[in-house]
Amino acid sequence: MVSLLGIPPQVLFGQLLLGLINGSFYALLSLGLAVIFGMLNVINFAHGALYMVGAFVAWLLLTYAGVGYWGALVVAPLVVGLLGIALEKSMLSRLYKLDHLYGLLLTFGLALILEGAFRHQYGVSGQPYPIPDALKGGQNLGFMFLPNYRAWVVVASLTICFGTWFAIERTKLGAYLRAATENPTLVQAFGINVPVMVSLTYGFGVALAGLAGVLAAPIYQVSPLMGSNLIIIVFAVVVIGGMGSILGAIVTGLGLGLLEGLTKVFYPEASNIVVFVVMAIVLLIKPAGLFGRER
Amino acid sequence: MSVASNSTHVALRGPARGTGTAMIAAALLLVAVAAPFVLYPVFLMKVLCFALFACAFNLLIGFAGLLSFGHAAFFGSAAYIAAHTVKVWNWAPEFGLIAATAVAGLMGLVFGLIAIRRQGIYFAMITLALSQMVFFLALQLPFTHGEDGIQGVPRGTLFGLFDLNQPLTMYYAVLAIFVGGFALIWRTVHSPFGQVLKAIRENEPRAVSLGYRTDRYKLVAFVLSASLAGLAGGTKALVFQLASLTDVTWQMSGEVVLMTLLGGMGTLFGPVVGAGLVVTLESYLASTSLPVPVVIGCIFVVCVLVFRRGIVGELLARLPKRGR
Amino acid sequence: MRTLLLAGTALLTLAGTAIPAAAQVSDNVIRIGVLNDRSGIYADLAGEGSAIAARMAAEEFGNKVAGAPVEIVVADHQNKADIAASKAREWVDTGGVDVIADVPNSAAALAVQGITKDKKRIFLMSGPGATALTGAQCSPYGFHWTYDNYAMAAGTGRALYEQGKKKWFFVTADYAFGQSLEEETTKMVKSLGGTVAGAVRHPLGTADFSSFLLQAQGSGADVIGLANAGGDTVNAVKQAAEFGITQSGQSLAGLLMFISDVHALGLQAAQGLMFTEGFYWDMDDQTRDWSKKFEAKAGKKPTMVQAGVYSAVKHYLKAVEAAKTDDADKVAAKMRELPVEDMFARKGKVAANGRMFHDMYLVQVKTPAESKGPWDYYKVVKTIPADTAFMDPKQSGCPLVK
Repeated sequence: MVSLLGIPPQVLFGQLLLGLINGSFYALLSLGLAVIFGMLNVINFAHGALYMVGAFVAWLLLTYAGVGYWGALVVAPLVVGLLGIALEKSMLSRLYKLDHLYGLLLTFGLALILEGAFRHQYGVSGQPYPIPDALKGGQNLGFMFLPNYRAWVVVASLTICFGTWFAIERTKLGAYLRAATENPTLVQAFGINVPVMVSLTYGFGVALAGLAGVLAAPIYQVSPLMGSNLIIIVFAVVVIGGMGSILGAIVTGLGLGLLEGLTKVFYPEASNIVVFVVMAIVLLIKPAGLFGRER
Repeated sequence: MSVASNSTHVALRGPARGTGTAMIAAALLLVAVAAPFVLYPVFLMKVLCFALFACAFNLLIGFAGLLSFGHAAFFGSAAYIAAHTVKVWNWAPEFGLIAATAVAGLMGLVFGLIAIRRQGIYFAMITLALSQMVFFLALQLPFTHGEDGIQGVPRGTLFGLFDLNQPLTMYYAVLAIFVGGFALIWRTVHSPFGQVLKAIRENEPRAVSLGYRTDRYKLVAFVLSASLAGLAGGTKALVFQLASLTDVTWQMSGEVVLMTLLGGMGTLFGPVVGAGLVVTLESYLASTSLPVPVVIGCIFVVCVLVFRRGIVGELLARLPKRGR
Repeated sequence: MRTLLLAGTALLTLAGTAIPAAAQVSDNVIRIGVLNDRSGIYADLAGEGSAIAARMAAEEFGNKVAGAPVEIVVADHQNKADIAASKAREWVDTGGVDVIADVPNSAAALAVQGITKDKKRIFLMSGPGATALTGAQCSPYGFHWTYDNYAMAAGTGRALYEQGKKKWFFVTADYAFGQSLEEETTKMVKSLGGTVAGAVRHPLGTADFSSFLLQAQGSGADVIGLANAGGDTVNAVKQAAEFGITQSGQSLAGLLMFISDVHALGLQAAQGLMFTEGFYWDMDDQTRDWSKKFEAKAGKKPTMVQAGVYSAVKHYLKAVEAAKTDDADKVAAKMRELPVEDMFARKGKVAANGRMFHDMYLVQVKTPAESKGPWDYYKVVKTIPADTAFMDPKQSGCPLVK
């Protein structure tokens, strides 16, 4: 058997593919963070908690309303997005004139509340969520068994990521958005309602987190704690990619997923440190991040 | 980058306010000396440890405008170092504490060199990510004993003279450590060095244009803050005779942010008040059915939205403005 | 040391019988403090359920023993060892608490063990798993009731070996706890003649297990042992089902699992999983009866930790009644002397190191088709007799054992 650095290529391909799957979650989450940061200059600490809320909404819909996976895929991001808009309107919007750190602190508090409340209500062991019937089973790829659902996750999140990138970088609406980040007063003067646009952006960003939650529900346990450790890795992804860079968030998310996959083959003990090590190195060489620019 | 600028304008200005603070400090010290006869000493020692931790944290956020979201890494690692040196290597408590402080300071230097390169939110996220790395290391390194933690750490005899197993002796030792740390922070804040830090906080480009190498000042402040956080962590390990993973989690970093925010960022006494309140609250909530994280989260939100000066900041703002 | 202790206790008991005075209960109240995690990761398997179980035990005595009322107090240690330690100290120093019960989370339990040893208070452990609690860190007043990591790991290892599953692969959480689970199981499997095909270490709190499971699948082992706990185990099991591991003939063994984990997973994902349990509600009329009462109050069936709290508190109260005092030395002696006999344990006995020996059970999770209703989760494959279920006290390293 041919082997690469002592690892059979089958295993290597398998792990790379799995890394890509994880990477697509990172990409989806860091994309939401990047969109919000680009527009609001707020680091949304509640992103992990809202990802968890997305998964829980899917579970609640299934358990109490009989709405299945495909329904949840539409409804849950909407619910999370509306929740986000409500939070933005009632609280975050009061802080824009202050130092940006207050936004971080506020969302940190919100994350504690959301997680604590769900923990109090539903316990911590989590709730089961089945894989939808249409995506059960899997393909034997020769080097590994690929569950259909995982393949779907990659396709779905890549589509959404690049769709978002296209919408922001290549459409008129995106142009308004980018303009409003540069100079809100001027854009307002052109007759565009900037505060509404800000709210909608925040809603959209957290809806992406909610969507990632629904995608994650059948793979991971729907548990109040599912977002709390993920958020820090996603933060590191955003720092590496360069804050506010849409493409940077997507590419770095996927890249780090792959890197993590490789680490799991060669030195699994370090697989959750590797992201932070990469972050430290990137910061030493290129403080603005791979795709970022100095502000 | 001036989180606390609005509150510090009023704090500690002019000679009149200076003597006032000294008098308050003296009164508080008297209260602290008498306290263990009224209140439970272990509880008071916990408050003092966290108060020192919060003061160290406040040195960065309040006086240099840097929000570190990873201070638990210093606090917790120092606790492990103190516990390990005292328990396994049989070091005297004073050397254990020195080792703990030194290691925390060294870590502060490494963190600082990486994180100082960015400001504001970036700085917060980088410190958070680095401290998460420390958490995983603490979990995996054999000497920390994973989730069992280092248990049964002997308190020993301080300087070969004071038997720390006596609750009162231990309490006064902790009080002395706290007062020492606090005095150091006070000195720093009022020194020319502290003035430069404030200048950097208010307007970094201007400080640079005046010829200050701001990165160096920030780095020194960061190392000092990390060392003092380490001193607090090491002391806590001796008080509770254990070091555990709790103290390196990012939730602990969040807690110290809350203490400082609640008490008043950029005020000298704010973190002490905040630490006292949060520790009391946690110990009170332990026997109720209220979910602790929700309550803590609500306090956070309320503080950020309507109460940004914190308790002490708010009090100072309402005092008659003498001599102005 | 032990002879001295025994002699002392004997003398005191003698003195106690010589003077037929009224029962000696300090401050005229027996106060039992249930200290556990009520909001974090152990809240489901211990939490309020353990407090309910303790209250049920006290109610069986009419909330009164040896002429003194029994009071239950509760606190949340929030999974922090320092909060557990300060709460325990406070309870003992100023709250008049005579017994501390439950305390999941090994760090917290070890801290409380130190305090109760110093202050001479009985400590009834149901939630924690660390073997050090009856080993190097044992205490004359500490009683480890429900399970320990050795029983869970070695018990499962032996029982599965006897089922003909001899080749193991471990998916291990990379910290002291996971490593000790792996080590105990490996020792047991190898001592019986089995083999270990390999192991992979994953960091605590891993969300995605697919790559580790893939390696396990490729190893050709009969059994994949999950040397981890809580959310890690739950995620691993769920993803093993997704990758079709159990369908392809490999068995999955949890080395530390609770019924609350199975409940969270659902039978669809958990079916076929094997592990060791200290208690199952559907064993006989007694357990069904008690669990029904418990469910009426708690809204769910008890975990072994909660049932263990009930049993331990009940045994303690029995010992107080028999000793007619709440003096810790006398009660501890009585607790070691009396057999443990209730719905949780039959003919249980407490060893010198504080370990309560009782039968454990190897269970297999039912398929959705086999399950007849809610909480009908286990097939009991095998009863593991008490003396092979736990570590021999002589090997525990506890200085109290001679």
